[in-house]
Amino acid sequence: MNFLANQVDLSNAVDAPAIWTTLEALPQLPNRLVEWVGFQMNAPAWLATLLGMLVSAAVVVGVFLTCFALVSLVERKTLARIQNRYGPNRVGPWGLFQPVADGIKMLTKEDIVPDKAEKLLHLIAPIMIVIPAVLALGVLPYGKEWVPVNLELGLLFFFAVGAMTELSVFIAGWASGSKFPMLGSLRAISQMVSYELPLLISAIGVIMMTGSMSLPSIVEHQSQYNFGFISNWNIFTPWGLVGGIVFFIACIAEANRCPFDLPEGESEIVAGHMTEYSGFKYALFFMGEYLGLFAISGLFITLFLGGWSAPFAGLEFVPSWLWFFGKLVCVIMTMLWIRGTWMRVRMDQLMRFCWLFLIPLSLLTIPAAGIWRFCGDGFLAGLLGWGVTIPFLIIPYIIITVILNRRLAPATRQYHFAE
Amino acid sequence: MESSANTENATASKPPAEQKWILPGWGLYQGLVVTAKNFIQSYYKKDRLTTVQYPEERAPISPNFRNFPFLVHDGDDADAGLRCTACSICEKSCPPQCIYIVLDRDENGKSKKRPKVFEIDLSVCMNCGICAEVCPFDSIYMDNEFELSKDDRFGDMLYGLDRLVKSTDYHAKIRPEQAAAVAASRKAAAEKKEAAAKAKAERLKKKAEEAKLKKEQEEKGGDAQDDADGTPTPPSEKGDTK
Ligand code: SF4
Ligand code: SF4
Repeated sequence: MNFLANQVDLSNAVDAPAIWTTLEALPQLPNRLVEWVGFQMNAPAWLATLLGMLVSAAVVVGVFLTCFALVSLVERKTLARIQNRYGPNRVGPWGLFQPVADGIKMLTKEDIVPDKAEKLLHLIAPIMIVIPAVLALGVLPYGKEWVPVNLELGLLFFFAVGAMTELSVFIAGWASGSKFPMLGSLRAISQMVSYELPLLISAIGVIMMTGSMSLPSIVEHQSQYNFGFISNWNIFTPWGLVGGIVFFIACIAEANRCPFDLPEGESEIVAGHMTEYSGFKYALFFMGEYLGLFAISGLFITLFLGGWSAPFAGLEFVPSWLWFFGKLVCVIMTMLWIRGTWMRVRMDQLMRFCWLFLIPLSLLTIPAAGIWRFCGDGFLAGLLGWGVTIPFLIIPYIIITVILNRRLAPATRQYHFAE
Repeated sequence: MESSANTENATASKPPAEQKWILPGWGLYQGLVVTAKNFIQSYYKKDRLTTVQYPEERAPISPNFRNFPFLVHDGDDADAGLRCTACSICEKSCPPQCIYIVLDRDENGKSKKRPKVFEIDLSVCMNCGICAEVCPFDSIYMDNEFELSKDDRFGDMLYGLDRLVKSTDYHAKIRPEQAAAVAASRKAAAEKKEAAAKAKAERLKKKAEEAKLKKEQEEKGGDAQDDADGTPTPPSEKGDTK
């Protein structure tokens, strides 16, 4: 009997919360391991630190490369379902090993460098597109204790590094020595530079509210609860809602995804800046694009969807990084949904949409965030905040759309050279 | 916002269509609903996922589907029941000239009315079906077998008698209506032939009988003429013997 009682006690000890706490610490496991080994072997402090850094980097890269493989499969399957077909389902169960097959295919292909290409730049460009994406992934807070690099100016770092992508796309287009890549990279430059503005401006409201540019503290600010149960996510405020939507649209454009995938519009310019690439270099471009997509979606989650925090009080027992990745899945699925539905916009529509709609709207969120801040906390203050900021946002929105709806573009397109 | 701007551009040239919209870009949201429906229903509704997983499942083949010709034989013995008479009509009418026929002859050089060699080069055949159209002996028809990929494009695609000849049962299986019609017409033709043969035999018999009768009559008539002043033969009898 005693033996049985002991067993019962044991099973009680390993209850759900304990498992969750173990899970919470799981991403730290490699780091702790390295620390422990270093301690056992009396390693010098600098070596231990260096190894710790390497391990954190390896964890991030490993996790997101796995994500890349999975998402490339899920994307194909989702798009297939949207178009009434099965996607890849031949390699392994449910086509699970399709990414492996794709990888082998990519790696064994011939690497072609065009005659007219700038050889060195042609080689550097695909490497350069992966680096900023990995760097940007390094500063995001994935969990309560899982922040690979905790920078004081993390947001600034993110944007600064993210801007490097444009450079590598342009290098790729220019170094290929061919027309389609050139056109594609010009499109990419104009698009990314334009859409960087709403991206930055709509993030300003968040910085104002938090009073910090450190990404972990932005998440911590959002992880409190209003009235005891609704979390304090920025998307649940009027300025955050508008800013979040603008940010999300700009994210899609920055990640070069449908409906803003002009830089690589297959029907128009073959594959844009990737036209002259093949084999492993092409795979690198692909990878860089997906890693960039994860980074920018992760930033969107961090800034507006509360990062790793749970949506309602009482759900915190689920490990924080699971929340983060759950949100990442939702954001990416939404992007896939949009990709499966909407058609590519024209270049002039793209620019008009950005400069005449997104930028004014994102500018509006700054004063709106200020008003919201000075309305203060609490139920009545919240009501007041909504009451003031909503008209503040909606009236200009209506004005903007009405102005936009007035005919700005000529009714028939005028072609100057193709008569 | 985008789409409403577009709509206005479009309506400038066309009469405005009745468009219900609640939000700017209403069509975009409707599109999202459509694709979401497609995605979700594809997991439990068959008509949202119409792909047939080919090697495992197969779509039914229409009886009118045809590609390469094959030869039909009657009965169980492919060699004896071969309908083809090596008349070479199909060989001559095949546009890309992919049929090759050698007539079988016995040692005296007399035609055996059957092919010694009958080859169709499937890599040249263009599936026109003219050979099946022209054959006067109901011998060649179009097959519906389509999984014909081969390693060797010369030898493997040259189909000889061994691979071309198939039974009437096979024909009835892949194209029941046509096979039934052919069988009926062949049966009718055979019956007609039989009837004709019978009629001919009867006629011959009758003729022989008549000849015999006449002979007898003549013999008798010779006697009768002597008796009854030479009565002429009745005209009806003359018509019959014609
Ligand atoms: S298949 Fe028909 S047309 Fe061709 S040779 Fe034989 S009998 Fe003549
Ligand atoms: S189907 Fe046409 S091409 Fe083919 S063997 Fe018959 S006649 Fe020739």
